[in-house]
Order: sequence, then C-alpha cells, then structure tokens
Amino acid sequence: MFGKLTLSAIPFNVPIVMGAVAFMALCAIAVLALITYLGKWKWLWTEWLTSVDHKKIGVMYLILATIMLLRGFADAIMMRSQQALAYGSNLGYLPPEHFDQVFSAHGTIMIFFMAMPFIIGLMNCILPLQIGARDVAFPLLNNLSFWLTAAGAVLVNVSLAIGNFSRTGWLAYPPLSELHYSPGVGVDYYIWALQISGIGTTLSGVNFITTILKMRAPGMKLMRMPVFTWASLCANILIVAAFPVLTVTLGLLTMDRYLGMHFFTNSLGGDPMMYLNLIWIWGHPEVYILMLPLFGVYSEIVPTFSGKPLFGYASMVYATMAIALLSMVVWLHHFFTMGSGASVNAFFGITTMIIAVPTGVKIFNWIFTMYRGRVRFETPMLWTIGFLITFTIGGMSGVLLAEPPADFVLHNSLFLVAHFHNVIIGGVVFGVFAALAYWFPKIFGFRLNERIGRWAFWCWFIGFYVAFMPLYALGLMGATRRMDHYDVAAWHPLFIVAAIGSGIIFCGIILQLVQLVVSIRDRELTRDVTGDVWNGRTLEWSLPSPVPAYNFARIPVVRSLDAFWDMKQRGVDLKSATFVPIHMPRNSGTGIIMAGCAFVVAFAMVWHIWWLAIAGLAGVLVTLIRHAFNDDRDYHLGADEVRRIEGLHGRVQARSM
Amino acid sequence: MTRNLWSRFCRLLPLPATVLLSGCHAALLDPKGPIGAAERSIILTSTGLMLLIVIPVIVLVLVVAWRYRASNTQAKYEPEWSHSNKIEAVMWSVPIIIVAILGVIAWRTSHQLDPFRPIASTVKPVHIDAVALDWKWLFIYPDQHVASVNEVALPVGVPVVFHITSATVMNSFFIPRLGSQIYAMANMQTADNLVASAPGTYRGISANFSGDGFSGMTFKAVAMSAADYKQWLANAAASKQTLDGAGYLALDKPSENVPVAFYSQVMPGLFEQIVQGKFAPGGMRADMAMNRARRD
Repeated sequence: MFGKLTLSAIPFNVPIVMGAVAFMALCAIAVLALITYLGKWKWLWTEWLTSVDHKKIGVMYLILATIMLLRGFADAIMMRSQQALAYGSNLGYLPPEHFDQVFSAHGTIMIFFMAMPFIIGLMNCILPLQIGARDVAFPLLNNLSFWLTAAGAVLVNVSLAIGNFSRTGWLAYPPLSELHYSPGVGVDYYIWALQISGIGTTLSGVNFITTILKMRAPGMKLMRMPVFTWASLCANILIVAAFPVLTVTLGLLTMDRYLGMHFFTNSLGGDPMMYLNLIWIWGHPEVYILMLPLFGVYSEIVPTFSGKPLFGYASMVYATMAIALLSMVVWLHHFFTMGSGASVNAFFGITTMIIAVPTGVKIFNWIFTMYRGRVRFETPMLWTIGFLITFTIGGMSGVLLAEPPADFVLHNSLFLVAHFHNVIIGGVVFGVFAALAYWFPKIFGFRLNERIGRWAFWCWFIGFYVAFMPLYALGLMGATRRMDHYDVAAWHPLFIVAAIGSGIIFCGIILQLVQLVVSIRDRELTRDVTGDVWNGRTLEWSLPSPVPAYNFARIPVVRSLDAFWDMKQRGVDLKSATFVPIHMPRNSGTGIIMAGCAFVVAFAMVWHIWWLAIAGLAGVLVTLIRHAFNDDRDYHLGADEVRRIEGLHGRVQARSM
Repeated sequence: MTRNLWSRFCRLLPLPATVLLSGCHAALLDPKGPIGAAERSIILTSTGLMLLIVIPVIVLVLVVAWRYRASNTQAKYEPEWSHSNKIEAVMWSVPIIIVAILGVIAWRTSHQLDPFRPIASTVKPVHIDAVALDWKWLFIYPDQHVASVNEVALPVGVPVVFHITSATVMNSFFIPRLGSQIYAMANMQTADNLVASAPGTYRGISANFSGDGFSGMTFKAVAMSAADYKQWLANAAASKQTLDGAGYLALDKPSENVPVAFYSQVMPGLFEQIVQGKFAPGGMRADMAMNRARRD
C-alpha cells in the first residue's frame, strides 16, 4: 500500500535530525498559526500564492531562497564543526552516514534552492521593469515555475524527516549513486527534487527569453538594454541549452535505479564516465547561469553609485556573450584526472583560461566606471567592492586549476573547495546581497537599514577570508574534500580557523536577519516616496515604489542607453494626464495545484507508492486540462482605477483647462 | 571557568602563525619526486604570472574607489565619460597576453606530465597494480606475485608504473608528495607514472568520495632503498596469507580503516581479471574492458 514507506523511515533514534525536524516543524506551525490567527488565509491565497504578478512571484522566490540559505548554512556549520573536531582519536559528532548526507544536501541546496531562486527571483522582480514591460511573456507559467522550484525544495526538506537524503555528493556520481551502492531512498529524493525544480527552471528560461526578445518598450533596441537584462538574457539562453541535459541525465539515472537499466552501472555495458560528461555539460554552464546575472547586477550598481554611465558598454555586452558561449565548451576541466589524454585535457584547459579574458575585461570596465566618478559607499557598493577583490582572487585560483598538471594535484582537494566558494560567495552571494540592498526599496517601498547592513557586510567579508583561506592552505597540504575524519596533526589548527570563519559568517547572517526586522520596524522613516532612491539610470527607477501591479501606466519610449537617466536629463514629466484601461492577466490556482500534484508524484516515486504516483500524475493532467477550458483568464483594469492608483503615488497631472 | 576559557583562547592565539608556517607541512609545495616538483613549479609559475595582473587590479580597485569617493571634491568628475578605445585596447590585450602564455604552458605541460606517459629513465621501471576496494587499496606486484593492502613500497629513483582500476565505485589514486592523481574506475584501467626521489613514508589517499568508509581509505607509500625494497618484497613473499580468487572475494567485502596486510603467492592474472569484471556482481564483461583498456 505504501511502497517502501514504513514508520521506521522516520529517524527517531538520531537526535540531531529529530531536533532539526522538530525545529522546522515548530517554525512551520508558528507561521501557519499566525496566518490563521490573523485570518489571512484568503488574502494569502488570492494575493500571493496564486498571483501571476512577476513582482510577487519574485518576492516568493526571494523568500524561498532566504529560507534555503539558512538550511544550507546550517549544513555548512555542521561540516565545519565536524571537521574542526574530528581529528585523531576524536571522531566528532557526525558519523559518516550522516556527514555524507550533510555535504550532499549542502551543495544541492545551495546551488539549486538558494542561488537559483535568488537569481530567478531578482530577474522576476526587476527585469520586466528594466525593459518597460507590464509583465513577463507567460505570467501563469511563471507562477508554475516558482511552485515547481518550491516543490523541489520542500521534497529535499522532507527527506530530513522521512527517510534520508542522498549520500553521494551534490552531483551524485555513479556508480556510487546506482542502486547497487546506494540502495536507500536518498538518491531518489535527490533525483526527483532536481527533476521537478529543473523543469521549473527550464520553463523560467523560456519565459524570460521570450519576455526580453518580444516585450521591450518601443525604442529599446538590443544595444540599449541595461546590462542586467543582457546578462539575464545570456543566462536564460544557457538555462534553455543546459537544463534539458540535466533532465535527461537524471532521467537515465532514474531508469537505472527503477527499471534495472545499465546506462551508468559498472556492469552490463554501463558507462559512469558518460554521466560525468553529461552532468558537467549541464554543470559548467550552470555556474555561469548563476554568475552572469550578478555580473549584470554589478554593472547596474557601479554606474549608479559612481554617478557615471558604465564604461565600455559594448565591451561588457560582448564579454558577457563570450562567457556564455565559452561556458559550453569547458566542462571537461571538472575531470582532467579521468585520463582523457593530454591533448583533450589541454584543449579544455585552454578554453577555460580563455574565459578569464572577458571576465578580466569586465573587472576593468567596473574600475574605469568608478574612475573620474563620484563613488558613494552605500551597502550595494560595499558588496560590489568586496566582490571585485574577492572574485579576482577566486578567478586566479580558477585559472590555476585550469592548468591540467596543476589540477592533477589540486583536483578534489580543499583548494578546489576554497576556489569555488571563493567565486560563488565572492561573486554570486555578494552579488545577491548587493542586488537586494540596491533593489529592496524598489521591491518593498522602503530602504534596508544602512548601518546594520554595513556590519553584515564586514562579517561576511572577513568571515569569508577566515573560513576559506585555510582551505586553500589545506588543499596545498594534500587534504581532500568530503572527509568526516582525518589523522594529520598539521591540518587540525587550520580546520579550527575555518570553523571560526564560518562562525563570523554566521554573525553576518544573524545581522542580516536583524537588519530585515529593524528595517521593517522603521519602514515609515525610510519610505521611498520618489521611486528613485539612488539617483538611478534605468527604467525601473522611473516607477513609484513599490511598483503598481501593471508596472507602467504609460509605456515609456526609449531614446538611448540608460533610458531613465536620459529622461531625467530631458526633464520628461513622469506624471500623466490621461489614462487608458490596462489589460491584465487574472490570478490562477493552476500553478500551485499542478506543482502540488507534481510533488505528490515525486514523493510517491521516491517511496515506490505506484498508485499515488499515478493519482498525482492524473492530478497534473486534470489541472492542466481544466485550465485549458478556463476562458476567464484576463481582465481590464479601468482607466479610473489606474488614475486612482497613480494618484496615490502623485503621478497624476492636473488637467489644464 | 573564565580562566579555563582564557587559557583556551591563548592557545588559539598562535593560530595565524600556524597558518603562515603551514607551508612547511604543505605536501604539494614540498614534493618528493620529479613529477610533483614539476607540478609545483607550474603552480608557482602560473600563480606568479597571474599575480602580475591580480595585485595591480586589486590595488587599482581600492585606489580608484577611494580617490573618486563622493566626498573628495578635488578629484576630477566626468559624468558623461564612458568610452576610450585606448583603455579598452589595453584591457582586452593584457589578459589575452597572460592567458596566451598560460595556454602555452598548459599545452606543453599537459603532454609532458600526462600521467600515462612513461618516465624517461635508464633504470627499468617497476610495475605495480593498484585496485580500489571498499574501502582500502590493494597493491599487486605482478612480477613478484606478492600483494599488500594499504601499504605500497617503491624503490627510490626507480620509475613506477601504476596500473589502476577499481572493484567498486570511482576512486582517485593519489600520493600528494609524489604528484599526479588519476581516477580508479571499474572495468577500466588507468595508469600513473611516478617516481620517488627521496626515501620516506608518504601519505596516500583516495581523492574521490566513495562512500561511508572514504575517510579511512588511506595508505602508506613507502619509498626505500633498493636493498630495503628487496627485503620488503621478501617479507611479503614470506607472508602466510595467500591471495587466490576466493581470497580476493573475501577481501573485496566492504571494510573500513583496514590495517596493513601482506599476501604471498598471488594468483597470476588477478589484476586483469578484476579489470575484466570477473569478480563483479554483474559478471564478466571482458569485451568491454578490452575495447577500452589500453592507452599506456
């Protein structure tokens, strides 16, 4: 009846896990109780969960990413403390079967459910505003994408309470991830969580490409698009090119595990090396899917806070496209040590190094944007300078790893771990925080507390160096990754320093949460009444904050790069005298219900509850068909209503008689 | 209590110094063989070359940001300036030059230091077969018909050709002080050519996560004089434990933190049979192994 699922799947005998489960359950119950107490269920359903407004979907992505950042960071703290303790006779507090789940979950969560939701959330919040669009091309699809991502995230967390998570690392290399070596449900949780969220991401990619190519305001030629939009376009093209590979690769692994096939097994003609190639053909573009949009973010922040246009806009655009193209031809550098032969290794090593050229150009672009500017050091700019320094170091260690013979000794070492945290924390995470500080007033209508934001920055910045510089040293000392225990005395102090570093980062995260609470408390003091808090240059700053549901009462006409700056120079009046009705999409529960059914399918597949999987699949199809027959999908927001809303923001011109 | 904490804190104080001095323990910076030494020099040369650009960039970021801070009204402000062909030419060409040099290094050294490439030497190389098992390393000396678990002896100054496979999941064969690692994969045979230039006991590991017993999957690589090496082989040959098919299957069972063991009278062709998958749960697949195997 319940497949492999029995009560014994719940790890009652593991206090750490049960503690975490109890904590998460308590948080969830508290939130649900609060919503019930405030009587907000209907509001939550109609205004948020079923919303097709890209700004609200963006906010939901950001909330999901924040929660998963906390979960992923809890895993990081556990790893760092385990490795600080587990030297010599001390085995630490995590047995291998638990430690292996922790590092697998950490990587999986941080990439798929922290970084991806953050960047897709940012694109949702800002991208349509930057191109003068009223929404994304497919609003309901956007809602479905979010809920599929959320369903994947929930599935990963369910694995904590029911059964266990994968113990095979964040990419689940076979044959370790095959049934023979991983007979439990962990790898299945991993596969299904990634499958449903991956489909959501692919759909997002399609949605954003269409939006950018088809929905720009009149006059916004491609070479007048803001760099964040350009970078997002490149990232979404990579999503559409790469994510189907992930889906197929995981599909083949699924067939191995469920149908007794032998794509990647040790026996009967299976070839694990094929999996490594396929997963990295997705995996390397993936790191640029994360990084490119944030290059775009920095390219918005530096000009704004330097009071100057971006230096070398065309260079920046070509560099971004070059990186996107090159990112598809470097995947083999993740396994130089598989023995592909010298020429193949050298080819992929050199393509990898070539990426350093456009990346270096970008760094110079940002420096020369500040040159002869008036640089203001508010938090978005602090994160950006922190990024410029940290990412340059991370790039250097990356080029070093691209030398195949250097990689022969550094591969899989803690040097590698230090390298990719150097670029992901220094590039992606700092970028996300810069973007949040920068666009927070636009999204929510009030500013984040500046002082606490600065403290948080310094904790993260210093904490990063204390946590990861020792890992570089450990890598050079021959320490490999994913050890739950070691016996080399010289490593021990460095692991302790790294643990202290993660503690400093923890302080940074706590400060960010405090910053959020304090900022909400003080929101009336920091309310953004102009819509243009930073003296911005791109179209999103021409709108009131928070932005009305329809974005633009009047679609702007773009005359040059930095469209809003140009409008300010020309003294364009943002007020309107006449208003027209606006065509709007209607909210729909289709997305959340379909994703809910997909979650049921995934959970049932993990536990081999076949009837439930069929029922879930039927649910998906019925919801889809029902929606196909729903004609009530849109409405017109009346001109008077638009006038009323614009009036609230002081954007109505008195009619001259 | 406070006092205890304070004394603990004081013990932590020398930590930064330890970090700085850790170079002394850095296996990769203190190699014991020419392969490792060549790889160290690539690491150092490349890092040095890149620092030529990385240090100025970091300094430039800080100097420019500070010099053009908003409060410094003395600094020149050109609110419309955003293009300069000269600067753009420089900022594209500098990284191109550095990457071109590094690219040439990458091409040449990838060939020179290919782990499959035999080391040029006047001395006849030693052949050792290495098998990754759950979770220990089996070393077979095919010419001497002896084997060992978690300890491998090599004569100083004599090139060693390791033939490597796995009887389980993917692992990576790695002796940091000697240089290059290479994956160990089932039904596959990879090779690693290494040589030790100084006697000593060096840490050997699996550098690719392979499951619960992974952390304990370490071995000792002992580089020794020719005489000691002969003695080591003789000791192994005198071992009461022998290794035939049945013995191998017993050894193949998963075990963790396995102590060093020696075997005499090793079944001839054992390694080849492991590569061909004769002992694997899925049965034999010699055809596949034959098609893929040899590159060295």
